[in-house]
Amino acid sequence: MSNQIEEQSVRVADICDQMSGLEGPLLPILHEVQEEFGHIPDGAIQTISKKLNLSRAEVHGVASFYHDFREEKAGKHVIKICRAEACQAMGADQLGEQVRRHLKVDWSQTTTDRKVTLEPVFCLGLCACAPAAMVDGKVVGRVSPDRMNRLLEEVRS
Amino acid sequence: MSIKVYIPLDSGSVALGADDVAAAIAKKAETNGADVKIVRNGSFGMYWLEPMVEVETPDGRLAYGPVAVEDVDDLFVSDFLSGGDHKLSLGKTQDISFLKNQSRLTFQRCGIIDPLSLEDYRAHDGLAGLEKALKMSDADIVKAVTDSGLRGRGGAGFPTGIKWNTVRQAPGDQKYIVCNADEGDSGTFADRMVMEGDPFVLIEGMIIAGLATGATKGYVYTRSEYPVAIDVMSEAIEVARAAGLLGDNVLGSGKAFDMEVRMGAGAYVCGEETSLLNSMEGKRGVVRAKPPLPALEGFMGRPTVVNNVISLCSVPVILEKGSDYYRDFGMGRSRGTIPIQIAGNVKHGGLYEIGFGLTLGEIVEQIGGGTATGRPIKAVQVGGPLGAYFPKELFDTPFDYEEFTKQNGLIGHAGVVVFDDTVDMMKQARFAMEFCAIESCGKCTPCRIGSIRGTEVVDKLERGEDPELQIELLTDLCQTMKFGSLCALGGFTPYPVMSALNHFPDDFKPRALDIAAE
Repeated sequence: MSNQIEEQSVRVADICDQMSGLEGPLLPILHEVQEEFGHIPDGAIQTISKKLNLSRAEVHGVASFYHDFREEKAGKHVIKICRAEACQAMGADQLGEQVRRHLKVDWSQTTTDRKVTLEPVFCLGLCACAPAAMVDGKVVGRVSPDRMNRLLEEVRS
Repeated sequence: MSIKVYIPLDSGSVALGADDVAAAIAKKAETNGADVKIVRNGSFGMYWLEPMVEVETPDGRLAYGPVAVEDVDDLFVSDFLSGGDHKLSLGKTQDISFLKNQSRLTFQRCGIIDPLSLEDYRAHDGLAGLEKALKMSDADIVKAVTDSGLRGRGGAGFPTGIKWNTVRQAPGDQKYIVCNADEGDSGTFADRMVMEGDPFVLIEGMIIAGLATGATKGYVYTRSEYPVAIDVMSEAIEVARAAGLLGDNVLGSGKAFDMEVRMGAGAYVCGEETSLLNSMEGKRGVVRAKPPLPALEGFMGRPTVVNNVISLCSVPVILEKGSDYYRDFGMGRSRGTIPIQIAGNVKHGGLYEIGFGLTLGEIVEQIGGGTATGRPIKAVQVGGPLGAYFPKELFDTPFDYEEFTKQNGLIGHAGVVVFDDTVDMMKQARFAMEFCAIESCGKCTPCRIGSIRGTEVVDKLERGEDPELQIELLTDLCQTMKFGSLCALGGFTPYPVMSALNHFPDDFKPRALDIAAE
């Protein structure tokens, strides 16, 4: 276990070094750390704060401010459903309800088998093909209840 | 010679299956031994026709759409590669009336060119504005932009030339151009479309801004929700660097300008310029009090231009064709063209660039073709989640900054979201407060606390607890938020709330009473 933590902190330190030439490197570093580990591990915050000469509170404050950064790993699949107005006008609320019922989770939760995380998103810029969703980074437009059922079957299988 | 087939890489088209259609066409062409070159272009912004496939023929580009994977075999049977007739035929792309009736200046190339081909960009008048700017003094470039009447397209409508002049005159060894591409407003996608479909125009606009102000470094701050835009923009920057358009010696002029893309992390408030700057500096995206203006103390405390994508993308054509040409479009103090984004429950959703001045009714009923569901329109929200809801009675309002202000609304980033008669306006008012609560940066009390109280008051109203008092409270709360908030998030949330309340009072009657009455 301690080996793993050590490896992790070496990797995080590497990322910090790679990004150190950027003006305002903290967000790019956090994105890269999340890309690598699937979330922002506690230990990473300590390493980053040392590398950037910031307090742990400052780094934690930034990581927790932004919706994108996770404290815990997401499920194997991530479904994001747009909850903003243009999608509401085309039935996004009902779509969200359908998915929450099907997965038995609320917004920002992961199914008990850790397979699927459901997240709200406020606008994917697909407002002329509403309602919109993003499944594992892939955008889907005009998501009908049937289409959503097929997408749910795919991620649960 | 191979036949060129255009299939958009635009996120909207991809969301409707463009990648699968492109793969199916490539596969079928290979089977048939047809020599086809697939170009992934930007979208023309007619989303009810996406994925729209175009074929280059001796008569011009012919369009087919919306194409599903299941249609591909049939298209080949109809010999669409030679422009054969098919039930999905739309005729010549340029003759489609939605497109033909626009005045495309900012979006003149979007959809037409290969987004990552600098040759294509040049062949369609790209870089003509920059080449002119390179021969002008900084003051003359600023004057051209000021004279064009261009105002900030992000929503605030501040004259772009005046902002540039402040930065030009500000002392500083390092100045910055920051492009605000944090397009978070629901109903808007113009920034995304242009970054995906014509990224070089943004690069050109930013270089010109750099020449005008003495800034040598640019940043495009965009959203993590826009992965395709980030990829296309980043690749275009590489291409531009390799071609000597960016770097120490822009097009051999001896002037330096370089830029990079920065990705946000899902905070709506970072579309506000000062919180955007904090975010770029690696801080919490908290709003800064003004003054100091970002023009004087912006990114890293240095003089910084913060402009919206569309503002910057409008600059090349202004330099190329002159201030008068641009200023002659529009009405009143709203000069030039505006890419209106028609979205939500609408038949013909998409992007429509035109001079200011169309009425809201013309936009949603004639151009948009009414609702997608076929039901009557009840409300139209203009300007994103902080914009007012307009009832049919106000459909004669012309699309113009000042005219919308007069009606207690705003045009914002020009997103227009249509709702049919099934919408519950009290629910929309509650959502506006809820959204503000979720996205508030927490710096000022009216926004942070007011939005939470706002949702509670609407909930009480819905339950029928002393409705008159709740409406009075809600109105008072909106006044406090409007005048007491630091930025537009808390300050403008009252627009959707109060417009819903004032224009649709019937929806605010307590639900409990309805039940009792039945």
